Amino acid sequence: MESTVPLSHYLVLSTTLFVIGVLGVLVRRNAIVVFMCIEIMLNAVNISLIAFDRYMNLHTGQVFSFMVMCVAAAEVSVGLAIIISIFRNKPTVNLDEFNIMKW
Amino acid sequence: MFHLAFLVPLFPLIGSIVNGFFGLRIGKKAVGWVACGTVAFSFLVTLLMLGQLLFTPAEERLFEQTLFTWMAAGDFNAAFGFQIDPLSMVMMMVVTGVGFLIHVYSIGYMHDEYSYYRFFAYLNLFMFSMLLLVMGNNFLMMFIGWEGVGLCSYFLIGYYFEKKSACDAGTKAFVMNRVGDFAFLLAIMYIFYLFGTIDYTEVFHAAPEKLILGAEPVTIITLLLFVGATGKSAQIPLYTWLPDAMEGPTPVSALIHAATMVTAGVYMVVRCSVLFNMAPFSMSVVAFIGGGTAIFAATIGMTQFDIKRVLAYSTVSQIGYMFLACGVGAYTAAIFHLVTHAFFKACLFLGSGSVIHGLHGEQDMRKMGDLKKHQPVTYITFLISTLAIAGIFPLSGFFSKDEILYHALMDGNTILWGMGVTGALLTAFYMFRLVFMTFWGESRVDPHVHPHESPKVMTLPLVILAGLAAFGGLLGIPLVHGWHALHNWLEPVLHFDMASTLEHSKHLLHEVGRHAPHWEALLIEPEENIWIEISLMLLSLTVALTGIAGAYFCYVKKPGLPDELIKGQWGYDLVKNKYEVDEFYDATFVEPTIQGSLLLWKKGDAQGIDGAVNGVAQILGWCGQQARVVQSGFVRNYALFMVLGFIMLLFIMFF
Amino acid sequence: MEHIPSPTVDLVSLAPVLVLSVFAMMVLLVDLYVKRDKTLVIFISLVGLLMTAISAFAKFDLPVHSFNDSYVVDELSVFFIMIFTLSSALAILLSIDYNKREGIRMGEYYSLILLCTVGMILLASSTDMIMIFLGIEIVSICLYVLAGIRRSDPKSNEAALKYFLLGAFATGFLLYGMTLVYGATGTTKLGLIAELIREEQIASKPLMLMGIVLLIIGFGFKVASVPFHMWAPDVYHGAPTPVTAFMAVGPKAAAFAAFFRVFAEAMPVLSPSWESLLCIVAVLSMFIGNVGAIMQTNIKRLLAYSSVSHVGYILIAVIAKNSLGSSSLVFYMLAYAFMIFGAFGIVILIGRKENEMLEIADYSGLAYKHPLMAISMSVFLLSLGGMPPLAGFVAKFYIFSAAIKEGFVTLVVLAVLNSVISFYYYLKVIVYMYMKEPEGEFQISLAPMTVFVVVIAMVGTAGLGIFPDPILYFTQH
Repeated sequence: MESTVPLSHYLVLSTTLFVIGVLGVLVRRNAIVVFMCIEIMLNAVNISLIAFDRYMNLHTGQVFSFMVMCVAAAEVSVGLAIIISIFRNKPTVNLDEFNIMKW
Repeated sequence: MFHLAFLVPLFPLIGSIVNGFFGLRIGKKAVGWVACGTVAFSFLVTLLMLGQLLFTPAEERLFEQTLFTWMAAGDFNAAFGFQIDPLSMVMMMVVTGVGFLIHVYSIGYMHDEYSYYRFFAYLNLFMFSMLLLVMGNNFLMMFIGWEGVGLCSYFLIGYYFEKKSACDAGTKAFVMNRVGDFAFLLAIMYIFYLFGTIDYTEVFHAAPEKLILGAEPVTIITLLLFVGATGKSAQIPLYTWLPDAMEGPTPVSALIHAATMVTAGVYMVVRCSVLFNMAPFSMSVVAFIGGGTAIFAATIGMTQFDIKRVLAYSTVSQIGYMFLACGVGAYTAAIFHLVTHAFFKACLFLGSGSVIHGLHGEQDMRKMGDLKKHQPVTYITFLISTLAIAGIFPLSGFFSKDEILYHALMDGNTILWGMGVTGALLTAFYMFRLVFMTFWGESRVDPHVHPHESPKVMTLPLVILAGLAAFGGLLGIPLVHGWHALHNWLEPVLHFDMASTLEHSKHLLHEVGRHAPHWEALLIEPEENIWIEISLMLLSLTVALTGIAGAYFCYVKKPGLPDELIKGQWGYDLVKNKYEVDEFYDATFVEPTIQGSLLLWKKGDAQGIDGAVNGVAQILGWCGQQARVVQSGFVRNYALFMVLGFIMLLFIMFF
Repeated sequence: MEHIPSPTVDLVSLAPVLVLSVFAMMVLLVDLYVKRDKTLVIFISLVGLLMTAISAFAKFDLPVHSFNDSYVVDELSVFFIMIFTLSSALAILLSIDYNKREGIRMGEYYSLILLCTVGMILLASSTDMIMIFLGIEIVSICLYVLAGIRRSDPKSNEAALKYFLLGAFATGFLLYGMTLVYGATGTTKLGLIAELIREEQIASKPLMLMGIVLLIIGFGFKVASVPFHMWAPDVYHGAPTPVTAFMAVGPKAAAFAAFFRVFAEAMPVLSPSWESLLCIVAVLSMFIGNVGAIMQTNIKRLLAYSSVSHVGYILIAVIAKNSLGSSSLVFYMLAYAFMIFGAFGIVILIGRKENEMLEIADYSGLAYKHPLMAISMSVFLLSLGGMPPLAGFVAKFYIFSAAIKEGFVTLVVLAVLNSVISFYYYLKVIVYMYMKEPEGEFQISLAPMTVFVVVIAMVGTAGLGIFPDPILYFTQH
């Protein structure tokens, strides 16, 4: 007999990962780590997409998750480029050192 | 001829554009010609249309000209159109006529100004906006003009921007006007919501059938409209900007802050008379605010020493009279007083400008005196206008003010009537105080200044305006039925069928299963009683003369009597007995009033209302400070606030 | 034997996207062969935008659905394409002189603007959440780069970093919301969602409701509504001025188009649950945008905060969700495009190489040195504040009447109150221009293209205000 895992487990996993990602963005100072936390959020989304797909026997979500991956890759390239160009002017990646513009 | 209506506002617009863009290049003389010429053309076109309107049968005196559809969205339709009817005609005549005279006067008054062209560009732009306001055929057109005149008045108040006070006064005027505009815009929205249209003709036609007399919708609309009017027309509680607005050049005070713009609120109320007739509660509010303002501003006017500020408070007070008239349903009287007020107050302001011009910028009445021999023309015209505003027979103010008082009494409200009479007494007193301090008595002029009469270009408008102030009363001769030209003229616009409105309201109430209250009292027309009218005239004449006499005793017979009283210096010669009468009069009447009104001015005016304005600014500033803490510049803070916002939305969604 | 249904590929309806993409590539290629003078590149970009605008009319008998109902050509999208191409063209025109002055000599700059426009067109035309996601990302990624295009300027760097991190963060929320809606309905197609949620049991799923909240955050961030607005002032401040103007109009309009499609068109049934949320967001945006703007001393930040408050007004059009709502949304965005490009055009004109003159105090006495510029700036600001008879007033009035029709009286009262407040800070700038002595010298070189943009904007602002009827008619049919 095929053993099953209920949908809710996947959703709980995905939500937990998402919250970890959000908390990471809020508490970490290193720009690259913050960026990685955002990637965790996106992957949390992918998990639930695939879970819904399998659960409902659909395929849209799988396509969607590929799209998410593509976009995430594009974002990584742009993001790292921005961080590098900042690093050239001011050799730090600590987010708390960037507040020229405020109020 | 009516199809030329669009030319009336177009001319000043052209003038404003020419002067604004090419003013520096074409030279001062040309600027003056352009500014006055365009307004003169507007006046001529208006005259032509007046002629044609006179030859149109009374019930057909309504002409609408739609230039193009301004906005059409769904079933909503607003045209860029003009409406020529007796009411807008009266306003157009006042605006273009008095406006023209003031333009001419300005050529002389502003002659030495560096940015002469800028002044005339604004002034012409003001004329354009004001004409849109009175000529529009729907509420949005009125609103365009409404905002436009506000903006121009703001620019003109701040004209002498080197003075910080002028800048502040301009901003204050604008902010206070915005409060009124807010209410006005809401009223327009509400009218649109209820009627699906904002066209005057359609709204006023549908109102008696769609609205229930005295019910919430019509009361709310009229109250909102009235709040809008209090802002523009400087009534309690939004009046404090007007005295400060005197920082602007004097012709501006005459045109905008006396003759035309500030009376826009009265025009609006009269224009919406159908709606106000259906809202008795709003009517009482209008009447009491008007009456209250009339007295309140008059008492303050007695304590001022700046010649223009006295006139400013007087304007506030006189507009209060107009609202008092509106509130008791005497719309004709309101418009009548509006017209005569435009004449005599414009003359007074221009006269004060002539005095200031002659004294090289001195505005303090304590440094004037005995100017009548230096400035005879100014003195005579000023005196005529002062007699008119005080209500002396047979000058124009007598007729218009008396009509208001008569209607207030006939409306059955003695309190309102009492307010009016008290106001009349105070008006006569402070206006003659102004005349006596400025033109009579001993000269207190700075010896280095040599007063001189103003040039012809300034005195000629004064003479014409004084003539109008003297004879303007012929527009509305009381007593004899049918001689009241203004009343007959406005009748088609102001016509309101109370009986059928009541029927409709009863019907509407029955439909929702409610009983109509007893409205029969509303139908009773007060009987015209010629003897009451005559005795009232005599009374108000007596009141005015009393006021003048009071001023005479205080400021001519014994100048500085109030001061002496405080110092406790008593004479003992034969004249003393006479003085005892004066002192009695002074101690019982003048002293308490002056003290009381000083108190009112200091507490009510300066602290109460300015305090509220400043308070709002402080609260906003505080909010801004808090925003600084939030907008810290740190990315992670921003992310945190996004998450908090998310939690807030979640909370609202699920609980 | 079963046949696989062929997908409905309809390249004609995709024409604007294709044309613009080709031109964007062409710009990149040509840029390799030109040296410092970018005239050719700019010319190609403008031609591309023109061709795109023309190709938007390739389809008749609207609406046309294609690509299995994930792409639509309807009146709304055609009109939005017009706004996008217009705003991108104005942005490019504004950039010409600015880039010369500030030494931005990258051909990619123009290519990025074109690609960003491609994303906006996709965003406004898609009826599938996957496509919407892709559209948003194309737009955002281009904007991240554009905001940071002045690599040596720390402000520009910081703007890019802030925008990028927060944008990606918001994307996470948006995606999660889409996923949950997908989980609740089993489809990503807006048309199907609209049908499915008529059923009570789907509509009331907590997944669905949770998804809606997350979607609001995602879209709310892209349009810069409170409390997801905080990036806006900083990014607007730091980005090069033409990019700021561009960001304030095109991408915002695109996000609103998607916002409208997702909420007003696909989920009107669920409006009781999202209406109140959007109302709160709208009211907060208006108030906080205005209060923030009052405190500003920097003109770009002032305009940024004011754009936050404008988002509040525009959200009312989404909340009204009737057909009047969609046409008022379109009209508002068009009017807004003219006002914003005009205002930023003046900001660019006043700046000079060493000093961008961004403080409001720098505008002191402008009216005496350059009266025409002061008048234009006043017109744009007054129009933003809603002064009749300018475009801003008509646009606002139009949105408010759409909302009143649906009975959102309180919302409209608050909106009117805010538009009254907003006058205060627009007026502040005018006071500086007209009622203060000049502080320093203005060294204004009237760059022809920038002046051209200001003139267009002026004509648009006054024209839409005085003769709005033809455009209003067009938005409704």
